Amino acid sequence: MEIVVSDSMVQNTNQVEGRAVPEKTLGNIHVDNPRMTARNVDVFYGDKHAIDNISLDIGASQVISFIGPSGCGKSTFLRCLNRMNDTIDICQVEGEIKIDQQNIYDPAIDVVSLRARVGMVFQKPNPFPKSIFDNIAYGPRIHGLAASKVELDQIVESSLQRAGLWEEVKDRLDQPGTGLSGGQQQRLCIARAIAVSPEVILMDEPCSALDPIATAKVEELIHELREQYTIVIVTHSMQQAARVSDRTAYFHLGKLVEVGETKQIFTNPQHELTQDYITGRFG
Amino acid sequence: MSFTNLMLAVLVIGALYFIAGQRVALALRSGNAGKLHSLPHYHGLWAAITSALPALIVLLTIVIGKDLLFQFWARDYFPQDILNGDAVDRAIALAKVSNVVNGIDFGQVEPWVQSAGDAWIRWEANAVVVANSLVLAVSLVGGLLGYRRINPTFRSRNNVERILTWMLIGSSLVAILTTVGIVLSVLFESIRFFKLIPPQDFLFGLEWNPQFEGAERAGSGGGTATYGMVPMFVGTFLISAIALTVAVPIGLFSAIYLAEYATPRIRGVVKPLLEILAGVPTVVYGFFAALTVAPFVKSVGESMGLEVASESALAAGLVMGVMIIPFISSLSDDVINAVPQSLRDAAYGLGSTRSEAVRQVVLPAALPGIVAAVILAVSRAVGETMIVVMAAGLAANLSFNPLDAVTTVTSQIVTILVGDQEFESAKTLSAFALALMLIVTTLALNYFALQIVKKYREQYD
Ligand SMILES: Nc1ncnc2c1ncn2[C@@H]1O[C@H](COP(=O)(O)OP(=O)(O)O)[C@@H](O)[C@H]1O
Ligand SMILES: [Mg+2]
Repeated sequence: MEIVVSDSMVQNTNQVEGRAVPEKTLGNIHVDNPRMTARNVDVFYGDKHAIDNISLDIGASQVISFIGPSGCGKSTFLRCLNRMNDTIDICQVEGEIKIDQQNIYDPAIDVVSLRARVGMVFQKPNPFPKSIFDNIAYGPRIHGLAASKVELDQIVESSLQRAGLWEEVKDRLDQPGTGLSGGQQQRLCIARAIAVSPEVILMDEPCSALDPIATAKVEELIHELREQYTIVIVTHSMQQAARVSDRTAYFHLGKLVEVGETKQIFTNPQHELTQDYITGRFG
Repeated sequence: MSFTNLMLAVLVIGALYFIAGQRVALALRSGNAGKLHSLPHYHGLWAAITSALPALIVLLTIVIGKDLLFQFWARDYFPQDILNGDAVDRAIALAKVSNVVNGIDFGQVEPWVQSAGDAWIRWEANAVVVANSLVLAVSLVGGLLGYRRINPTFRSRNNVERILTWMLIGSSLVAILTTVGIVLSVLFESIRFFKLIPPQDFLFGLEWNPQFEGAERAGSGGGTATYGMVPMFVGTFLISAIALTVAVPIGLFSAIYLAEYATPRIRGVVKPLLEILAGVPTVVYGFFAALTVAPFVKSVGESMGLEVASESALAAGLVMGVMIIPFISSLSDDVINAVPQSLRDAAYGLGSTRSEAVRQVVLPAALPGIVAAVILAVSRAVGETMIVVMAAGLAANLSFNPLDAVTTVTSQIVTILVGDQEFESAKTLSAFALALMLIVTTLALNYFALQIVKKYREQYD
């Protein structure tokens, strides 16, 4: 993928923390084969302008990671992609977000089926207080994905297998999901998301509540899932972004400062804010 | 000084010791005594507590203890036949003496009553003198001892903490002991009742008719009194069941609406309104039931060709249901709100609609808490008195028909104890036995509710 830096140099700058936040995103926001496209997205929480004119493509069968200091709007932007922000009363989203050329904010779109196509994994593992089986079967049941009990069993097994959890839990599917360890719970949540066969999986700091070993397992899993799914991951860990993602987007104060191939962002950042962040000068 | 003034004096002395303690500590701090272990106001508090607390305890002991002591002393004046008589005779003798003491004149009294009364008045006067000197001495000396211990290394802060802990423990002990005392007294009266009426007749008897006892004594015959509690418990549970049929769905649905659907503005209005409903005195519900709902139920029933008692279980149950709606809705609203937002996020993130998320995730997670809320409401309904006294009638029919008049345990207790009592009769004592059964029932219900809540608490980390 070619990196375009040309016309996007600083035109009009805001002074923030002594550094200039560019009016326009540096790097190439486009990809050849986009699954989702966001154009000129603004998000407001009441009066607070949380996302300021962000445009970005999410490439199919790729992992893109969002990095940036706390409160810069990574989660907010992520939650726009499956309209989870609809559940917050004061939140208002403007601009255009498309999945496979369909505008997801179009009134004709059913938000329920959108969320089945764009699944989500949260910061803190949040299994339902139900059995492991029922946790996975929840999505297929509400969307009517399984015609029979046998089919449902198959979905549950293959989801757990793809999440790398099958061997650990196959003998105790009827026990509560909340009884698993933190790392297992998070992989259970990933399996639960996979079970409805989404096209895109959004992950909001999925490892921040996990220990290093569990984190390594989840990262390995993300690595395997990239074959079939488009993955967007918010992370606080630069190493994690470098390890798991193909592209990286750097957010700062509600703006998308820079986006590009992960290797390029980490070895040769265009903007000094990106540079400062990845070298750990602030965070 | 009267006892009230004495108490005020103790408090004033305590306040003075507070000032003195604080000042000496301040002086120590500004002098070269080194760093104080505790802040000056802790030293002040220490001095005040050492002065006031023992003095107040002594005062309380005297106030409570003196009457017991005087009653004991007064027996020396009682004639032999009263001393040999039963508790009632002795109580009457004491009442006569206390009339003399209080200057209430019922005409000529026996000479021994007069002399006992005079002695009692003397003792009272002495008690005041003793109390005055003792309490003041204790407060002054105690305070002085505390005050003299103040020095830079003295740990007033820790000592005050320890005393406060004990005071808190003392308060909760009072609450617990009171409860235990009530239960025990009911228990002992019930045992007396069971000496007269065999427990199995009471527990399993299908007929309740204590009224015959009086007639029997008056010699007019008319059968024997019967003390079977079953009809009243059936009545209680019938009315409670009707109440729950009304209150559980309405309370639960309004809780779901408030917790999951209502905007903050609506919630801010509706929730306080529901809580006001919980604050309406039950007597108001009672006359609402008796004057409005019961006639309405009767006329509707009769227009449908049914036979309805004018004080039907249905009317009482309906109104009681309205009364416990706020219990169920308010408690359920709390437990539904306590379900972590992360579970809702998970459900919505998988593409649930709101009602799917409520039915399949939120309610199952909140279910133990909701069950506990319902059980607490049941025990409230079982113990409710006013509504059933006013609306449910007194006929102890053994009936499961909601259109019949039934009676409940609580309203029978009221009927038995209203008016003049003979304390030795089985009829009066039966009220205690009924109360015991009621306490056992509601205690068991509350225990189950607590167990369920406890289990529920363990569910999320
Ligand atoms: N529910 C909300 N209500 C109001 N403001 C919010 C809400 N969620 C996030 N914000 C604000 O939006 C900004 C971006 O938040 P967020 O997207 O959570 O940042 P990040 O995930 O990058 O740490 C923050 O300033 C935050 O205070
Ligand atoms: Mg975040």
